[in-house]
Amino acid sequence: MSATFLLDGRAIPFSEGQTILQAAVAAGAYIPHLCFHPDFKPHGSCKVCTVKVGGRQSASCTTAAAAGAVVESDTPAINAERLALVQMLFVEGNHFCPSCEKSGDCKLQATACDLGMVSPHFDHFFPDRPVDASHPDLLLDFNRCILCSLCVRASRDVDGKNAFALAGRGLRTRLIVNSRTGRLVDSDVSAGDRAVHVCPVGVILPKRRGFSVPLGRRVFDLKPISAVADASAQIEER
Amino acid sequence: MSILDIDERLFTLLDKVEFDRSPITDIKEVGECDVGIIEGGLCNAENVEVLREFRRRCKVLVALGACAINGGLPAQRNHLSLPLLLQEVYRSEPGAEYGLIPNDPELPLPLNKVHPLHEVVRIDHFIPGCPPSADAIWQVLTGLLEGREHPLDHSLIHFD
Ligand code: SF4
Ligand code: FES
Repeated sequence: MSATFLLDGRAIPFSEGQTILQAAVAAGAYIPHLCFHPDFKPHGSCKVCTVKVGGRQSASCTTAAAAGAVVESDTPAINAERLALVQMLFVEGNHFCPSCEKSGDCKLQATACDLGMVSPHFDHFFPDRPVDASHPDLLLDFNRCILCSLCVRASRDVDGKNAFALAGRGLRTRLIVNSRTGRLVDSDVSAGDRAVHVCPVGVILPKRRGFSVPLGRRVFDLKPISAVADASAQIEER
Repeated sequence: MSILDIDERLFTLLDKVEFDRSPITDIKEVGECDVGIIEGGLCNAENVEVLREFRRRCKVLVALGACAINGGLPAQRNHLSLPLLLQEVYRSEPGAEYGLIPNDPELPLPLNKVHPLHEVVRIDHFIPGCPPSADAIWQVLTGLLEGREHPLDHSLIHFD
């Protein structure tokens, strides 16, 4: 691990094959991201991790780290674009934070706060997506899905179950459950699966756990997401 | 009501501002204002009318709280049809078989969907939160009085 690149002026060491974001996370440097998780293969879909390398913008989770590269991330222009992306995610789903059990532990909410979002800015879609409460231990509220595919990757790569998938294209992309009826209860998902703990927002929620950690004491209530080292681990322990 | 949470700081504020229409003064008409603060989403035709009038009268308009900013809890009716909702509210209770859906012409017409304020008029500042904390309200108000550019610290931005 001798090679380094510069992230906003800070030298970040990396090993062969690592992407910019993988190396940054490993070095404890924060680049905002939503669909990336250090334990899973990058998906490159949310574009919140966009940085400028060599004068070009690209998703840092899928761009290979290169020795001597000069990477800009925390600049007003890039953060303004990230803010717009996050605002679009807010209006494309139904993100009513006060009624969501994930509030305070939600990466979408925490990223928005960190970027200084005070309003969703765009017109709301107010989509009407079903809620699946069929499973005895888990609740699925599709209205909050940001299509990050983390549950898909976790179920496939860790649980070996392929319980979730993204179906459709473009605006019609949606999360589906791989079971005969399409309902969670008829899939082989169980409460201990990695897939049901990685969701960065409040789509996949354990039942009968409401407010076990009070609002105001949750991970991002205590520290902004940019200051929490390895936020994923802390939230998934819950 | 959250404005009252700023407690004794209200007196400091009163040295600098004059209240026009407010829930405390119960003045029905809106006068010319430097700063207007408005809470709640747009649920019916009257809400839209009041908002437009308020926008015309205020130099700076501040949206306060989750409902004003994204529709909040009332917007959770948005995936249901209005006729179904009215049936449910007025005609589904046991004993109310002969209940009527109110249709007095004086009643403002409900909107099909609840909308946040920025979808109808320009909003200058947003104070998120359900409700926003007293400190957030205080910071925005004093920021405006002092002509500060960014009236809300990141630590005061909360959506719940
Ligand atoms: S359910 Fe959660 S983890 Fe799965 S794709 Fe949607 S947001 Fe991502
Ligand atoms: S984290 Fe890189 S595109 Fe989503």
